[in-house]
Amino acid sequence: MIVTETNTYHDEHAKFCEGQSATAPIWLQELRERGLSQFHELGLPTTRDEEWRFTNIAPITTHPFAIADVGAFSESQIDQLVQQAELDEDFHQLVFVNGRFAKQWSRLHDLPANVIVESLAESIDHRPDTVEDRLLGNGDVELSAFVSLNTAFVDDGAYVSVPEGVSVDRPIHLIFLTVADTPSFCHPRNIVSLGKNSRATVIESYLGCEGARYFTNTVTKIEVGESAELSHHKLQHEQANALHVATTSVHQQTKSRFRSHYFSFGGDLTRNKLNCTLDGEGIECTLNGLYMPTGDQLMDCRTEIHHAKPNCNSFELYKGILDDRAKGVFNGKIHVYPDAQKTDAKQSNQTILLSDDAIIDTKPQLEIYADDVRCTHGATVGELDEQAIYYLRSRGIPADLARTMLIFAFANDVVQGVKLPAVRQHLESILLSERGLPNV
Amino acid sequence: MPTENALLKEYSEREYEHGFVTDIEADAIAPGLSEDIVRLISSKKDEPEWLLEWRLKAYRHWLTLEEPQWQNVHYPPIDYQAAVYYSAPKQKPLLNSLDEVDPALLETYEKLGIPLEEQKALAGVAVDAIFDSVSVATTYRETLEKEGVIFGPFSDAVHKYPELVKKYLGSVVPSSDNFFAALNSAVFSDGSFCYIPKGVRCPLELSTYFRINAQNTGQFERTLIIAEEGSYVSYLEGCTAPKRDENQLHAAVVELVAMKDAQIKYSTVQNWYPGDAEGKGGIYNFVTKRGVCRGENSKISWTQVETGSAITWKYPSVILQGDNSVGEFYSVAVTANRQQADTGSKMIHIGKNTKSTIISKGISAGRGQNNYRGLVKIQKGATNARNFSQCDSLLIGDRCGAHTFPYIEVRNASAKVEHEASTSKVGEDQIYYCRQRGLPTEDAVNMIVNGFCKEVYDVLPMEFALEARKLLSVSLEGSVG
Amino acid sequence: MLEIKDLHARCDATEILRGINLQVRAGEVHAIMGPNGSGKSTLAHVLAGREDYEVTQGEVLFNGTSLLDMEVEQRAAEGIFMAYQYPVEIPGVSNKYFLKAAMNSIRKHHKQPLIDTMDFLKVLKEKMQLLGMDKSMMERSVNEGFSGGEKKRNEILQMAMLQPKLAVLDETDSGLDIDALRIVADGVNTLRSPERAIIVVTHYQRLLDYIVPDYVHVLAEGRIVRSGDKTLALELEEKGYGFLEALSPSAAAAAV
Repeated sequence: MIVTETNTYHDEHAKFCEGQSATAPIWLQELRERGLSQFHELGLPTTRDEEWRFTNIAPITTHPFAIADVGAFSESQIDQLVQQAELDEDFHQLVFVNGRFAKQWSRLHDLPANVIVESLAESIDHRPDTVEDRLLGNGDVELSAFVSLNTAFVDDGAYVSVPEGVSVDRPIHLIFLTVADTPSFCHPRNIVSLGKNSRATVIESYLGCEGARYFTNTVTKIEVGESAELSHHKLQHEQANALHVATTSVHQQTKSRFRSHYFSFGGDLTRNKLNCTLDGEGIECTLNGLYMPTGDQLMDCRTEIHHAKPNCNSFELYKGILDDRAKGVFNGKIHVYPDAQKTDAKQSNQTILLSDDAIIDTKPQLEIYADDVRCTHGATVGELDEQAIYYLRSRGIPADLARTMLIFAFANDVVQGVKLPAVRQHLESILLSERGLPNV
Repeated sequence: MPTENALLKEYSEREYEHGFVTDIEADAIAPGLSEDIVRLISSKKDEPEWLLEWRLKAYRHWLTLEEPQWQNVHYPPIDYQAAVYYSAPKQKPLLNSLDEVDPALLETYEKLGIPLEEQKALAGVAVDAIFDSVSVATTYRETLEKEGVIFGPFSDAVHKYPELVKKYLGSVVPSSDNFFAALNSAVFSDGSFCYIPKGVRCPLELSTYFRINAQNTGQFERTLIIAEEGSYVSYLEGCTAPKRDENQLHAAVVELVAMKDAQIKYSTVQNWYPGDAEGKGGIYNFVTKRGVCRGENSKISWTQVETGSAITWKYPSVILQGDNSVGEFYSVAVTANRQQADTGSKMIHIGKNTKSTIISKGISAGRGQNNYRGLVKIQKGATNARNFSQCDSLLIGDRCGAHTFPYIEVRNASAKVEHEASTSKVGEDQIYYCRQRGLPTEDAVNMIVNGFCKEVYDVLPMEFALEARKLLSVSLEGSVG
Repeated sequence: MLEIKDLHARCDATEILRGINLQVRAGEVHAIMGPNGSGKSTLAHVLAGREDYEVTQGEVLFNGTSLLDMEVEQRAAEGIFMAYQYPVEIPGVSNKYFLKAAMNSIRKHHKQPLIDTMDFLKVLKEKMQLLGMDKSMMERSVNEGFSGGEKKRNEILQMAMLQPKLAVLDETDSGLDIDALRIVADGVNTLRSPERAIIVVTHYQRLLDYIVPDYVHVLAEGRIVRSGDKTLALELEEKGYGFLEALSPSAAAAAV
């Protein structure tokens, strides 16, 4: 345990408890206390921890962050950020500013009966029992210092609940904005729960305003019920000096389908952990990701797929394009439990380094305790496909343009996996501005 | 006709054929480890002062280290004070003639089928045999001397070639490298020393056989091979141990140095006693093997067939320092019954245009747990480095496990690194197909397993390949039906 | 147009071409035939500029300038087109973008104005119809997931769009059924013109029923051992490559 570093959080927690937490229900207060003591017990990780071997979190530990001030922003700042984040006016949209729900910028269209899309704070008031269950059922969320820290400060976030048999056609867009004059942190906590045979599409966007360094430590817990289908997108556009740690925990039931699309563009140090448990038969789980750090950015992508039951398929593709002095970390673990027979798991991680100062550390990982399985993983780091460059050149395309085309194509491959047109177009425009193709 | 399931059920126990004990008087010291023991070992070997100091430094460093915990193997704590750190056959044999070796010892080697005797010598293999901790016989020394090749017990080399030993000992695996390497550095008793002079293509395959005989004995041998500019050597290593209920510790260190244009091919068939079907007894095999391609265009190949040991912990590595140097690792690792293996390779690319290949074939049966753990590191200056790694696992039975932990760390944009891994079981359709063509199931599985390992067998020296095939089928006997 | 003089080339340490001499004039169609391993494909690749092959001796002149000194894309810009036996798949790059990029790169090289997008699409549509290709192929990634026949058609489409001076077709007939073969051959035939030369590399005579050559050359062990008109191809068809043995350089050497 690193006392000095965790102490800052301790003091902030005391302030937090004196403030809004004092009026909270007892169970919530207890939950926060437990989170804090767990956090102290675990201590912040160092590179000596295998899980954090490649990611030094010094920027997080050495900065004295305080709870983000929920009132310290101008409306025009938020207007601007919301405008940047907005994907489609047909989408349901919940906006959170500095960790707090901001009704003014949020918008809900008609929702099917019994579908709940609201802020966690509202849920705690409206339906404390269900929320308590879903928050306390911490079992599927990994026990880590950052999750515990989030629990210690749990206060607001998004709450999405879709009952059995209901299909929510309009995507639900959750926008998290941070505007800070002084070093601040916030800890959004999201719950997404899909009942049997239901369907929904969720998008999480993270953005910030230029200013002081801030630290977002978000936890999202997702439940995908039997035969339900969830399409999840996360667009990470944090400010250049931001620190972003996210833990998404997905629990899938029999015959459910979960698709995740993760796109990482912003932030100074970002770590995204996605943990999926396939806890029933006939499940499909697809994880796609693209990380494109430049400058001195560090992007750490971590996925775990737990094949706990037989007859499930998982498919994973993560790609990285690293430029300048950027660092990329990929760790993908596939864990096949004893008796999880007929598991079919495929994982691929591909990285391109565009600069000699860029760094990639990748560790795909298979842990297999059942015999009748088909598991493969592949990792490549390298330059562009020479055969393809040759082919393009032999059609008269200069080598430079050929390279640009292939870099674009490399990334576009992941973007094209996004089925939602508004999200895809948004990503295409980013891709075009960052690694775009010239008009020909 | 037996169903596959019934056959898999049978697949539980296998016999260890090298499990006999040789009744031979040994000069052993009391169990335990202390500075005094280190001094005692050194004095028994009549070592120069510098070597004693080197050992003591390693010992003191070892005291500050903790046993590694990160590997995915599980075993009860080892009591390092309970082991015996020195045991030698009492009648110290003269090394010039086999006639003077204790006949009981020769018989042991004969039982092991080791080519120590004349008939085997025809195969053109020079053998250094290590029994418990000391080297007992070296054949073919003369032939080698003619070429200027030095090959013999480490303890001899310390006296005859102190400058060479001093220069290279610990130069690849420093005594502080890791827990087991430090332990070895403090208490190593013997091993092989091999020096190939400039431009010499070693006329024979050099071979060492290791045998742990005495009870409660740790074996800590140390091998050092130096290949000077433009030289070539192929080195074979084989290991066996008697069947005992206690676990025995084996912590060896192997260091290879390849100069400009030199090539070292190091092959191991490791068949230490793996313990019984319940996991009782067996060797703990904690080994540090590392080679450095010091000069341009040098090449080091590790080839291993690992069927023995209760627990294996080893990662033969190559440091690719010279430009255009090449590192290779070919491995077949079998874990049956309750064996556990955490093994793989490290390739550290430092020089330009360096190339490495890793082919690892893991076979898990019974309750065996097989881990591949590897590192491919491309340093900043390693322009145009290439690596290809392939790690395949084959599962036989539903209580075993196969795990893959590759680490890839790249610091140079021109690098090209590819890693592929797959896990599958022996296909029922494959077995069915073979049986339909008239093959009994056991042969079919053997054939499939051998096919699975082919890429590795292809690079083994021929006589070793035959031995490996035989070993593998013995290892899997009963497992396969 | 093309003049190959005493061309020697090797791949790794193996010498594959051992002194090729060949002259191709504008308007001509030459067929290069030969058994597997005779060096047919190597010759095609050396002309296109593949870096895996090293030219050790000889020269290649294209309209009077040395081809071997040119980069791959420069050769393409000068009008050399190679239709590959195994075209590369390029995921993520649309066929349309690729073709337009290629056309305009070549135009830029010649300091010509770039093609207007509408004009480009119009021409593209025409050519695709001619080759019986579905519109959707243009939006798909280059060759990705294409069947063997689709790939070959795509190669011929590119050729039709780029309008090369010299087209080299490497085993274009392999993997095609008879209908596809006819369509591809028709595509090639419409490109025959007095300004353009075509080299057809093939193992079988079959393709030459549809693309009738002016000259046929037989390659063996890296040299042209016989040249003739289209009847030579028929003779080969009838007798098989076996009868070449007598003509091969090594057989000749043995006879001496």
